[in-house]
Parts: sequence; structure tokens; C-alpha cells
Amino acid sequence: MSKHEVVIRVGGAAGDGIASTGESFAKICSRSGLHLLAYNSYQSVIRGGFIYLQLRAGRDKILSHGNKVDFLIALNPLEFQRNIVDVVSGGAVLYNSDKIKPDPDKVPKGVTLCPLPVNEILKDIGRNPILQNTVALSSLVQLLDLDVNVMNAVIRDYFGKKKQSVMEINLKVIEAGYEYSKSNLPDFDFDLNPDYNTKRPVLTGNQALGFGSILAGCKFYCAYPMTPASSILHYLIAQSKKSGMVVKQAEDEISVINMAIGASFAGVRSMVGTSGGGFALMTEAIGLAGQTETPIVIINSMRGGPSTGLPTKTEQGDLFQAIGASQGDFPKVIIAPSTIEDCFYSTIEAFNLADQFQIPVIILSDLFLSEHMESIGNLDFNSTIERGEIVTSNDSDKLYRRFQYTDTGVSPRAFPGTSGTVFQASSDEHDDYGNIISDVFTDSETRIKIMLKRMRKMKFIAEQLPAAKLEGPADADLTIVSWGSTYNVVHEAIQILQNNSKSVNHLHIKYLIPLQKGIKEILSNSKDTLIIEANYTGQLSKLISMETGFQINHTLFKYDGEPFYPNQIIDKVEDLI
Amino acid sequence: MVVEPVKLEAYKSEITPTWCPGCGDFAVLRGVHTALARLKIKSENVVISAGIGCSSNLPGFVNAYAFHGLHGRSLPIANGIKLANTDLTVIATGGDGDGYGIGLGHFIHSMRRNINITYIVMNNQIYGLTTGQASPTSERGMVTKSTPSGLLEVPVNPIALALISGATYVSRGFSGNPDHLSTTIENALSHKGFSLVDVLSPCVTYNKIQTYQWFRDRVYTLEDEEHDTNDLKQSMSKSYEWESKIPIGVFYKADKPTYDADEPALQDGPLVNQPLDTGKRIAEQLLEEFT
Repeated sequence: MSKHEVVIRVGGAAGDGIASTGESFAKICSRSGLHLLAYNSYQSVIRGGFIYLQLRAGRDKILSHGNKVDFLIALNPLEFQRNIVDVVSGGAVLYNSDKIKPDPDKVPKGVTLCPLPVNEILKDIGRNPILQNTVALSSLVQLLDLDVNVMNAVIRDYFGKKKQSVMEINLKVIEAGYEYSKSNLPDFDFDLNPDYNTKRPVLTGNQALGFGSILAGCKFYCAYPMTPASSILHYLIAQSKKSGMVVKQAEDEISVINMAIGASFAGVRSMVGTSGGGFALMTEAIGLAGQTETPIVIINSMRGGPSTGLPTKTEQGDLFQAIGASQGDFPKVIIAPSTIEDCFYSTIEAFNLADQFQIPVIILSDLFLSEHMESIGNLDFNSTIERGEIVTSNDSDKLYRRFQYTDTGVSPRAFPGTSGTVFQASSDEHDDYGNIISDVFTDSETRIKIMLKRMRKMKFIAEQLPAAKLEGPADADLTIVSWGSTYNVVHEAIQILQNNSKSVNHLHIKYLIPLQKGIKEILSNSKDTLIIEANYTGQLSKLISMETGFQINHTLFKYDGEPFYPNQIIDKVEDLI
Repeated sequence: MVVEPVKLEAYKSEITPTWCPGCGDFAVLRGVHTALARLKIKSENVVISAGIGCSSNLPGFVNAYAFHGLHGRSLPIANGIKLANTDLTVIATGGDGDGYGIGLGHFIHSMRRNINITYIVMNNQIYGLTTGQASPTSERGMVTKSTPSGLLEVPVNPIALALISGATYVSRGFSGNPDHLSTTIENALSHKGFSLVDVLSPCVTYNKIQTYQWFRDRVYTLEDEEHDTNDLKQSMSKSYEWESKIPIGVFYKADKPTYDADEPALQDGPLVNQPLDTGKRIAEQLLEEFT
């Protein structure tokens, strides 16, 4: 039976062109109407190291980068040995046979070697070492029975902007690689069932977060470079002229968030993006946004901690940092998007929540969600922009009360430049006019009133957020609880488990502060519970216990820096039920 | 020509300053009121940001929008306000601890940007609000609560720092010469680019060395000399005068490109006036780029 889905892995060193090879293959797939998901495992080096990109493609929606590899493209001898163990029986390795001489004893049974004599294939074309990637890719296109013209178009688009001559060489290389493969390599029984009339958009999570902020009318983005959030900065600055957004790289994350708060105070929607270390520097100002009731959206794309930790690896270790960010109590929202599409929608929602309630909203992504590429379906562009109540003038004799005590805790905002609304926003405790009371001897009455006003917002936020939803059969033998980027991989594992007659359902939590309603009810009705988190201490598990008193029975924690594989979840569940 | 009387009252807030009697900051406050009145900038178009410290309470005493933020962060707030609305007159204020200590990085980087804001630092060479510890501009050897054996560090030279960091209006005022101070602030507000007004603003409670009299014995105005404010080297050499003679006035002034004028995304006018639905209009085009 032919296979309708393929997992490929390109392994090499930094500087070998893995990312661009992967990106080209992703485009070939997406323009062949295929779904795909690609994950880049890399280290904090510019040259060298061991990196790989794993891409899985097929006609149906792809939920993870898969477990085992069908086709390995090995770019150097070390990577050949390192990765070949992950190739399935029936799979193959493509490699430059001028550089790599495999030891036949070390090739697993059932794995076919597909040597590519690059020098001979390219003898009439050119000798740039990077061309070996194009040879391998064109060979792969042939082996997967995809249309080589799609690859030609992708390469034309890629080089079109740069150099005509380089593009022409690459087109010749594609032809040579494709023909060589056709005449010399065995057939593999893959039918990916391409549909050349469909083009699927392929985005990373960071691109989706950035795209969402443009749709939300964000006009000010500020950041300090930090993996894995930097590509939000890169995406937004590339779109800046079109979107009319000021995108500012500042001297440090403290400046970043204070600038964004200043811009928001002046009247524009503002966002910042960082990872855990930068977020730590921002924490004092997150409280400032809460205290001055200045809306702001903060993205923390989590990487392995603590400290510099694993700069290029994924983790969900910053939940408690986000919850505890800044001294004192103030209203805030923490959202963890689950998928690429959800990154887009969550950003729009975050801006609306921030403006409606005049609070900081934290979006917790992680390296895997932020940086992996995935094909998506249609996006809905009909979202609305809710800026909350804004005072456009005050002609009355009464002084404007910026922090007026209201039933919802939300007071109408005014921006500098508005007549009759001059006020002071203060980091110090203040009264409803904004005048500071911190120097007034124990004005406990005002302090309590203004605290109650601000904190009252949390009740209305909690009511507005959707309740938690259980997916799958209500009477399942096990409920898997997860949050953030693990949504899809858990889903895939559950699908496979169901096919193996295991009854599992899924509670995925998106809103962490305030914690979504309905969690306790769902968990109390579950037969058994398992929580899956990419951290050491089980931060969501602890949060659920704190907020609901419910103790989840079983845990699967992972903190090696790599994202979950479906099999890790399946194995755990099979141990339990 | 009839000169209209200066209506200071319009720029005073209803809050009474809480500074110690005799504090140098009163003259700075009067200077800000006077400069705004002379320039006739509408209150509603002025925003003053501040950090934390005695002097950072100043915005509350001015009838203008105020953002009284975190210790050391008045400049990032001011940068953000200016980038969001270039029509506003943006002033950042604070003390020497706030601006030259905890916020020093922002000071240098804001000057590199030559962003069109005015930074007024009330420099009293001591931490006042925290009751008298050494500050970044305290003299080496100064005995304070935190340096009982004498301070072992040399002071930051904010004027020299401003000159090498890209500020295009670098000046010093003295609270003991309020008329000169008001004019210096007024000219700073009129300047296009980053303007610094470092003010010798004595702390009458915790700094018993750098008193009004100490400064009066040393201060002279650059405007009375043949100082060339276009000459960076001459300004640099003036910035090192301290022990016996202390210059006040404008050290350096230059007409250079400003960040806010050159930022590509601000070419259609202030951000606050831009439509919110730009994203929606270009959404399909942006999505197409992903295929």
C-alpha cells in the first residue's frame, strides 16, 4: 500500500543551508496543496553544531513533525551517522557520495542508501558546495513523485529577487538532480496525492503573532533581540511601511516595555516581544501598566530555562514567572495560544482585552510554537477592534477623572492632546483623578477604594472568557490536560490511541490567568487524569491545584528542550490504561 | 511691540509641591511654567514624564499630562510618547540618581536617537528621597549615609556624556539663577532634537557641601563669554570645568536629523492619527506572501 504522508529530515551543521532547503521544500509542498509541519532543531551557533530540520507533509492536516523519518538528507558524514538511526525500515538516506562513504554495517535493516554523486551530476554546471542541497531536494521531489515544475517555480521566486544567473544555475541543477534520480534511484511507494490547484499558506507562530498584531491595529512594536522571539521583530519591520507600524529595537527590555507603555499612554496599540530572560527585565513595568491602567500586549516566547538555559530549545517553564511578574496585586490576563492559527486570533483577542480592561495581557508562546512552520487553512479577517470607552473631549467645568470609580472597574480613557482631560498617570498609588496618595499619611480609604476598582476588573474578565471545553468522549477512561503548543501533538496521540481502542479525551487550557471556568467540573467527572507539560515542576498542574483544589493523578513532564513526539504521549497513556 | 504678560498660572496644577523649603527644584518648576507660558504651548499638548525621586514629583505640579513612571525609566516612556504622537511637546524629568544612575543606559541611547524631546535633570549630587546616600554625581570622597568612609568612585560627567552621545542641545542651569534657567529651558523646548538641561539644584537637607553658596562662588554663564556652541571640542573642554569655575548655559547646539522626523513609519503623520483598519485592508496581500 502506498504511503500518503512523508517525514523528511535534513541534517547538517549550521551554515549548511538547512533552513533554506527546508523552507523551499515547505513551499513545494504547500504549492502542491499538501499540508505540512516543519520543526528546526538547532543550537546557538552561526557555523557548525548539529542541526536538523524535520518536515512532515501529506494531504491531511499535519499535527506534529512525526516520530520516525522516511527520507533523511544527510549533509555531512557525522549527521549521516547521527540521524540514520531514526530512519524507518522502508525509508532511505540521500547523501553526497563524494563526501560521505557509509559503513554498510551501520546502516539499519530495511533502509535504502541513495547515493548522489554530486560532482558527476553537476559536472557541466558548477561547483558551489551549497548546490548539493538543490540536488538532494530535486531528487526528493522525483522520489515523491511531485511535479518538478513546482520546484522550479519556488526556486525562481526565491532567487528572482536576487540574481538571475544564480537562479539559472539552480534550475539546471534541479533538472540534473531530477533526471539522475529518475534513472538511478529505486522507486519508493509514495502517493502524497498532490493538488496543484490549491496553495496553502505556511506560517511560523511568530509570523502569525505578528500578522495578528497588524490586523489588531497595533501601531508600535518594540523589542530587544532574543531567541525565539526575534522573528516577530523581523516580520513586523519587513511589513512596517505597509502596516504603518513603528517597529523599534531598543537598548534593553526595560526600555522596550517602558517605551511601549509610553506609546500606549499616548494613544496607540502597543506590543512587545521577548523570551524568559527579557521578560524578567520587563516585570517591574508590567506592574506599572497594571497600576497606570495602560493597555499593553506582552509576548513571552518561552525557551529552556533557567538563566540563559537552552537558548534554542523549547520549554513551557515561564508560567509561574508570568503569573508572578511584578510586585503587588493588579489585574492581568495570561493567554497561551495552542496552534499557529490560534497565535493569530489570540493576538487580536489580547489587544481587545488589553484595551477593554486597560490591563497588561501576556501571551505565552514557546520556541516550538513560535518557530515551527505549518500550513494552515483559511484565516478569518473579520475580527473587530474593541478599544473600550475613550473620552474625546471634556467641555464641562468638572475636572476629568481618569481613574473614576466604576462598577466594572474600567474608567473611560483619554489621550494627551484631548481638551479638558489633563491628568497624571502614576506608578505611585493615586486617587481617581490620578493625584498621588503615597505621600499622604495613611489614606487607607482611598487606597482600598482604588485597589477594589482595579481588581474588580478580574471578575468581569473571567466572566467574558470562554469556559474550558472537553474534547472527545465524556466517559473516556483518561483525560489528558495540556496547555499551549502541545495541543496538536496531544490530538494526534489521542487519534492514534482511539484507533487502538483506547478511550481518551482532552482538556486543553488556553486562559491561564484568570483560569478558565469549568475546569474543576470537568476534572471531577474524569475517570483518571494525566497532565502533559514541557517543564520540570508541572506549573499548570500546580496552578490548577491552587485555583480549584483538584490534584491531577498522573504527569508527563519533559524538559530536554525538544518538543513532544506523539509516541512519548502514546507510550505514557498505554502505561496507564 | 507689546509684550503679552506671561500667564504662569495657567500652567500650575492644583497640587502644592511637597519639596523641602529652599529646595532647588522650585526654581526648575518655575522654569518649566515660565518656558511653557512664553512659548504658549497649550497644556493639553504637553506631556511630562518622570521617574522616581524628589524631583520626579515635578510633573504633578504642572498643568499638563503627566506620566509618573518607574525609577530611572522616564526617558523610555518619553520616547514612546513622542513616537506615538509627534505633535506633543514631550519633556522627561528626574534626578541624578534616576537619570545618571539606574537610568543611565536610557540617557545615552535616547541621545543617540536625537529624538525630539527635552530632558531636565535636577542634579543635587545626592539621593534625597531615600535620605542621603551617594549618587552618581557625588564627588569622590564625599561622606554620605552609604559611604561613611568617603565615596570611592568618581562622578559621572553628564555634560561630557551628552556631548559624546549625540545630544544636539547640551546645557546646564542653576537654581540660584532662575531667569537664566527659565530661558535655558525655553530654548531647550524650542530645539529640534534631544535637548538636555542638567540643573544644579541644591538639596538643602542632605547635601551640605554643594550648597547655593558653593555654586554661587563658582558659577559663570557661558553666554557672557565668547563660547562657540557649534564647536564640539571647545564644548568638551568646557564640560570638564568644575573645581573652581563652573559654567552654566548652552555648551553645544547642533541642527541634526531627528529620529522622529526620519522614522519611515511616521511619514504620514503622528501614529495616533493613523487608521486602525490598515491591517484589515492589507490582510489578503499579507496572507499571499505566505504561500
